Amino acid sequence: MQIFDLTTADLEFVAEVEARSHQKISNCYQCGNCTAGCPYTFAYDYSVSQIMRLIQIGQKEAVLKSRSLWLCGSCQSCTTRCPNKIDVALIMDVCRHMAREAGYATERSVKIFVDSFLASVERHGRAYELGLMTAYMTRSGRVFTDVDLAPQALMRGKLPFKPHEIQGREQVARIFERFRKGGDNV
Amino acid sequence: MFKIAYYPGCSGQGTSLEYDMSTRAVCKALDVELVEIPDWSCCGSSPAHTVNHVLSAALSARNLAQVEVMGMDKVTTPCPSCLTNLRTAAHKMESPEFRGKVNALLDVPCNGNVDAQSVLQVLAENVDPELIKSKVVRPLTGIKIACYYGCIMNRPPELMRFDHHENPMAMDNLMIALGAEVVPFPLKVECCGASYGIPRGDIVMRLSGKLLDAGRDVGADAFVTACPLCQMNLDLRQGQINRALHEKFRIPVFYYTQLLGYALGLDRAVLGFEKLCVDPRLALGKIKQPAQAR
Repeated sequence: MQIFDLTTADLEFVAEVEARSHQKISNCYQCGNCTAGCPYTFAYDYSVSQIMRLIQIGQKEAVLKSRSLWLCGSCQSCTTRCPNKIDVALIMDVCRHMAREAGYATERSVKIFVDSFLASVERHGRAYELGLMTAYMTRSGRVFTDVDLAPQALMRGKLPFKPHEIQGREQVARIFERFRKGGDNV
Repeated sequence: MFKIAYYPGCSGQGTSLEYDMSTRAVCKALDVELVEIPDWSCCGSSPAHTVNHVLSAALSARNLAQVEVMGMDKVTTPCPSCLTNLRTAAHKMESPEFRGKVNALLDVPCNGNVDAQSVLQVLAENVDPELIKSKVVRPLTGIKIACYYGCIMNRPPELMRFDHHENPMAMDNLMIALGAEVVPFPLKVECCGASYGIPRGDIVMRLSGKLLDAGRDVGADAFVTACPLCQMNLDLRQGQINRALHEKFRIPVFYYTQLLGYALGLDRAVLGFEKLCVDPRLALGKIKQPAQAR
């Protein structure tokens, strides 16, 4: 277990998380209700209440390098059950944005999946499931991911071979283009 | 006739084809007119909001703007993930500053004054339960059902504003009205593992496995769901789950619209039962035939 020194708090980090999430981090009194209801704790390195505490004590590196950020399923259990009305899932989301911007991706396969999904939307205007799978397998090198499911889905006509190209796909592509150009997207 | 804009969502064109088909069919049968948003695009699903909230809102707002162009102020979608994105975008765009950032990414600006509701909410709030009962020609008598809502249809309650966030009842009440026996299912709003099936299959095996296990414990013949991702994790991945957990689950996972359509006597071709991976015939066989059909 890593030891954290309270005197090394990065208060700018705390302020940034608060500004970007519009949540007051100090409202968390560590009751642990978020962790109690979180279905993902078994896969996390830090539980969600530990992430909240690490933010409170300004441990930027530990938070942004945490694998938990990438594994949160946004199921809203923590947010729904927080006695102090903190939108905890939103804070996890915001920290994930910051981790991404800082160049961290401690769950590489999750990042590749997310990127492949968005690339598919940028290109076709809609998510194209078969193309997304192929892109994911190519980028991750995990070529056997779900190959056992493909025949079942194909047989039932659930994985169209062609994307649904929409007329407005260039409008959608422009959303991504402008997003990448704009610096003030927070 | 109740008229509302319709956002099918990308999976409705692929892995949840039968949800879209059966949704359209039951709405038609219940006099709810769905007007599909012309040239709708992807809402960004979870990937977009995990990258950036302005990007995520813009992808949803392109569709909300289309609804505004249609001269409508309400849209419905079968998919809880699309619903969350559409609702979150509209909610966040109440702030002029946020709305400005979103509109800077769009060709056609969006005011954000469109209310998004799930098809389940539309049916629960706009269709008289007595009308549904009066149209039932094949009551679901004899089948035991676990109603599984998934995590985000009702949460967080301040945003979703529909049904109860810990113990939702809309699907339960509907299934009871159709004559089914609804078993008490304690994991109604637990997460199935969401979109981690591809990058972290182990997570979905564990979480969806827990749901199937609980369903078996309470004696369910079948699950009904309202979420394409939940359905896919529980149904398409049930074989994977069995291999990973050394289990022998064989529980069909219906969309609630499929069973509703079945009870309303709609043509089976539009309900897409053959698209389910776990064979539903055993479960459907539990339904007692109406007296006149014998």
